[in-house]
Amino acid sequence: MSESTIQIALVLPDLLGTYGDFGNAVVLEKRMTWRGIKAEIVPINYGEPVPDSCDIYVVGGGEDTAQTLAVKHLREHPGLQRAVTKNAVVLGVCAGIQIFGESFTRADNVTHPGMGLIDSTSHAGGSRAIGEVIAEPANGLFEGVLTGFENHQGRTVLGPAARPLAHVRVGTGNDGSVEGAVQGRIVCTYLHGPVLPRNPQLADLLIEWATGTKVAPLDLPAVTAMRAERVRAAS
Amino acid sequence: MNDSPARLPLRTAAAVKLGNLSSTLSQKMGLGAGGMIGGRVALKLDPQALARLTHGRRVAVVTGTNGKTTSTMMLARAVGALGEVATNHSGANMPDGHVTALSKQPDAPYAVLECDEGYFPAVAGASNPAVAVILNLSRDQLDRVGEVRTIERSLRDTITALRDCTIVANCDDVMVTSAAWNARKVIWVATGTGWHHDSASCPRCGNPIRWQGEHWHCTGCDLARPHPNWITADEAMITPEHQKLELRLTLPGKFNQANAVMASAAAHAMGVPTEEAVRRLRGVSNVSGRYRTIQRNGRSARLLLSKNPAGWSETLTVVKEANHPAVLVINAQEADGRDLSWLWDVPFERLQGRTVIASGERATDLAVRLTYAEVQHTIVPDPLKAIDQMPPGAVEVIANYTAFRDLNARAAADE
Repeated sequence: MSESTIQIALVLPDLLGTYGDFGNAVVLEKRMTWRGIKAEIVPINYGEPVPDSCDIYVVGGGEDTAQTLAVKHLREHPGLQRAVTKNAVVLGVCAGIQIFGESFTRADNVTHPGMGLIDSTSHAGGSRAIGEVIAEPANGLFEGVLTGFENHQGRTVLGPAARPLAHVRVGTGNDGSVEGAVQGRIVCTYLHGPVLPRNPQLADLLIEWATGTKVAPLDLPAVTAMRAERVRAAS
Repeated sequence: MNDSPARLPLRTAAAVKLGNLSSTLSQKMGLGAGGMIGGRVALKLDPQALARLTHGRRVAVVTGTNGKTTSTMMLARAVGALGEVATNHSGANMPDGHVTALSKQPDAPYAVLECDEGYFPAVAGASNPAVAVILNLSRDQLDRVGEVRTIERSLRDTITALRDCTIVANCDDVMVTSAAWNARKVIWVATGTGWHHDSASCPRCGNPIRWQGEHWHCTGCDLARPHPNWITADEAMITPEHQKLELRLTLPGKFNQANAVMASAAAHAMGVPTEEAVRRLRGVSNVSGRYRTIQRNGRSARLLLSKNPAGWSETLTVVKEANHPAVLVINAQEADGRDLSWLWDVPFERLQGRTVIASGERATDLAVRLTYAEVQHTIVPDPLKAIDQMPPGAVEVIANYTAFRDLNARAAADE
């Protein structure tokens, strides 16, 4: 493991990078590099084939037309889907949770096929969910609370094969009660912030899945202080 | 060529009078600058106040994500060559700000109005502008303003419906070009805008946009960069008559050159000879406190405002020229947008090796971003104290909207 470089695919940042989601890839890269694990970010832009050889795939949020275009591209170049069968780690944020599911239905009532990676369907909610979110990680997946900022119209219903990522304490998440989804090594969430700078425990969980080793804690006082501030502000 | 503004109906006249009184009271009681309250009162008393107050004036409306206040000030200066201009200088860019500004100068035959992108349809509908300037469109306060494509769509619908308006539009911005594409009369300005992160796909058909140097086209429909009438060249501009004019601006940065060329093209459409327009807008040096330098205990701190990733990206280019220490000030109040995810779209990595202080109400969020950008920094939430902690000499202070507003007011009170 120490010899090979962990490749972090930043999937379609030109279409799905509206909410600073590039930050998730940076956090994964730096948290590995600072611990002596070789890591690099591989941006995959629209129009380019999607490799199936990366270790971690990060998919961000985007506007409606961009999201439709992204899912079309990812279905035509199914490298991400192949990587999932090879146990790659995947983080899908906002649009990610919608396009990874079986289908998503927009406010105009048109249903689009998803990538079928997680057992879920999404549809447009009555109002846009905007604001700080606090949620408790489900099944003791990681320590501490999950914090982030949500800004989405979609609501998501999980099928039996997908488990929630967390239970909502403040905010809306998928449906007002649970937030995100976990299926195999795919983690989805509605939370921006971006989510990994806000939640280093989740970042380290993804790193441990990708490297197959436990990582030592990393003491970043600014991160600890910010988490405390955000939790205080949301409570 | 212009009639003086029509006499106001009694109801509007009374509303304006009470509104002006509220502005004065607000200022005298120290409640605010009086830029909005007067208009708010007048609009409550007469919802048609904006239409009535602009009736009979020749109006220009300026909108876009970045550069609105500066371009408005430049255009107002230039149009001043023709006569008295009513304008909302201080960034109070919603209808109450417009009504306040127009009420204070009821006899000015010209109005140059800075307009928030979200209010453009209402303001353009009410004020029947002769000229509308569309500077640029990029991600900004997504939780408050909404996504860029929604804004583009509403501008497009409004512009397409405007009958007697000349649109001055930035053809290096895909979103602006799409918004102005169906306008009856449009003047295209090449500004050299550098932010392309919101236009990988066409706002009209969703297909990819392909760039080749400065040219771009949609691979799915006929949207493509139009041939520009005005061109921003290095520290100069090229007019539709192929005349090259040196800009020699007081304000720094490439984006202010772009603002100046947009303002010159708009002034030309309003009837101002170009050389006179440029001569006048050159004098703009301090836009509501932006770009001014304050002196504090041996530090000369230049105050710069940046509100969103495109703006920060341009400002980091400006401050790159000298390696001065930098104080970065971030708030996330409602007017700033509550979601700070956008900090991760700003290339703070460019500040590596510099003395940096993270400041503002959300200094810790910024500190996290700087940590991962591997920019050494300390945290001092109060920006004035942060300036004092820098070594004596030049300091760059970059702040977002409410952070800048509050810092500027405190600095002015100290002077």
